[in-house]
Amino acid sequence: MTTWMPWKIARKELKVISRKRSILIYTVGLPLLISIAFTIVLSGQITNGIPNTLSIGAESIIYVFVVLATVLPSTIAAYSIVGEKVEKTLEPLLATPMTDGEILLGKSIAAFIPPILSAWVGAVIFMAAADYLLLNAGLGYYYFPNWNAGVMLLLLAPLAAVLSIEVAVIASSRVTDVRGANQIAGLMFIPFVVVFFAGAEGIFAFTIVNLLIFAGVVAAVDVALSFLSRATFNREEILTKWK
Amino acid sequence: MLDLIETENLTRKFGDLTAVDNLTLRVDKGEVFGFLGPNGAGKTTTVRMLCCLISKTSGKAKIGDYELGNQDDSLKIRKIIGLVPDSVGLYESLTAYENLDYYGTLYRRTDSQRKESNEYFLRLLGLWEKRDALSGTFSKGMKQKLAIARALVHDPEILFMDEPTANLDPEAAKAVREFILDLKKEKKTIFINTHNLDEAQRICDRIGILNTRLMAVGTPEELERSIHGRKTVIQLKHVNEAILNSLKKLQVKNLVREGNKLTVDVENPGEENPDMINAVASAGGRIETVTVTSSSLEDAYLKLVRENAK
Repeated sequence: MTTWMPWKIARKELKVISRKRSILIYTVGLPLLISIAFTIVLSGQITNGIPNTLSIGAESIIYVFVVLATVLPSTIAAYSIVGEKVEKTLEPLLATPMTDGEILLGKSIAAFIPPILSAWVGAVIFMAAADYLLLNAGLGYYYFPNWNAGVMLLLLAPLAAVLSIEVAVIASSRVTDVRGANQIAGLMFIPFVVVFFAGAEGIFAFTIVNLLIFAGVVAAVDVALSFLSRATFNREEILTKWK
Repeated sequence: MLDLIETENLTRKFGDLTAVDNLTLRVDKGEVFGFLGPNGAGKTTTVRMLCCLISKTSGKAKIGDYELGNQDDSLKIRKIIGLVPDSVGLYESLTAYENLDYYGTLYRRTDSQRKESNEYFLRLLGLWEKRDALSGTFSKGMKQKLAIARALVHDPEILFMDEPTANLDPEAAKAVREFILDLKKEKKTIFINTHNLDEAQRICDRIGILNTRLMAVGTPEELERSIHGRKTVIQLKHVNEAILNSLKKLQVKNLVREGNKLTVDVENPGEENPDMINAVASAGGRIETVTVTSSSLEDAYLKLVRENAK
């Protein structure tokens, strides 16, 4: 498998996505909206000084961007695969000398890049705004960036996005409409939300060690799902059974 | 002639349903081969098998030098074929140029090759001025032409077309047919699925009539003749028993009387008609007209398909 061919597919997918206004607004708008909303929440919480629970609160907010990284890619991944069938573009694509692996990798890259960039941009905006507010509230140092945020955004969020994409690919091979695939893949945010609430309630501490263990588990699931997604992408079944 | 497509007892089953049954055929290089058949006859399934989109259940097939069903050969087969599926399948949010260019990249064409072929086909199809328009804004005819161009960007050895003029208005269908005829002049090997008899007759060098099984194969003329050749129609002033007996003595085939009109199946009208005319005249018949009619491809098609349905 040549490495550049998936990128050719990804580039086309990105071009198509950039022209789908609803997907674009959702992918770019949601992280921005969340960063603005949490900045407002944070500014409200520090009007009477910096609370003792700052680290729990601030890092839970950064973790929200990890959750976003599981939610956002499923829309693009589901559209990218089921959309091909719905718009009847899959048959000529499968008639080209592209392997299933190249097609899936290309589509996965396209489903990965915009959401992860959006999540990062949203997180960076929030961290910058949070630093500004916290400095003005008398914290005395830049709270962000820190190691926890780094592990969450640079390791856990990409792994979570890959997980979501893999599930979307598997779901896309089994369902016949974009919404169905999106809904199934969207369920992947549930375990991440559980961790979020565990963190916010102090049950799960967002320490480097805990985050690395969590990332390791997600990475292992990613690897397992990558084999499963390749195995479930059956071009013959997709062509003959999807109507 | 070199066979570019060769199948031997090619069969595809979907569970208990046999979609294509023991198909054996050959398509020569530079030939335009048409597959005629009713809906559900297995035409699309055959094309999908030959394009390595779905597997065969049994039998053998070769595309060029490559074996169908061999994993390594599948990619090689897909490199030398172009497919125009029954639905155009264009990326509607991409422009005409981008659609062609994308497929050029998938066939690993270089930048300069793509630029050249994109411009060539867009100009050839009269779409150059619309190259930057989104394909979603195109008419059905324009989309179909673009889909054909997309299948040709890598200069394939064989072009498979599944119902290329279905759902097109007469003008658009004519434009597509003319383009196919241009490709025929360039000696491109084309395999067309259609249920448009007139189209098949005008475009194809040979036609196969498929209804799960291959019922017949030949040139349009051969298929027409294969049914019951030609008929001689003799219009008389009046018909009596003596005239009928005179023809029966000649052992003519399928003598049918309709009023004062007699119809007889003939294989060689040039030789058989003078004998019949003499016999009728000798029996006192007064001949008004003698005409020779041919059976049409439609007759051949309907007869074969109906026989198969029984």
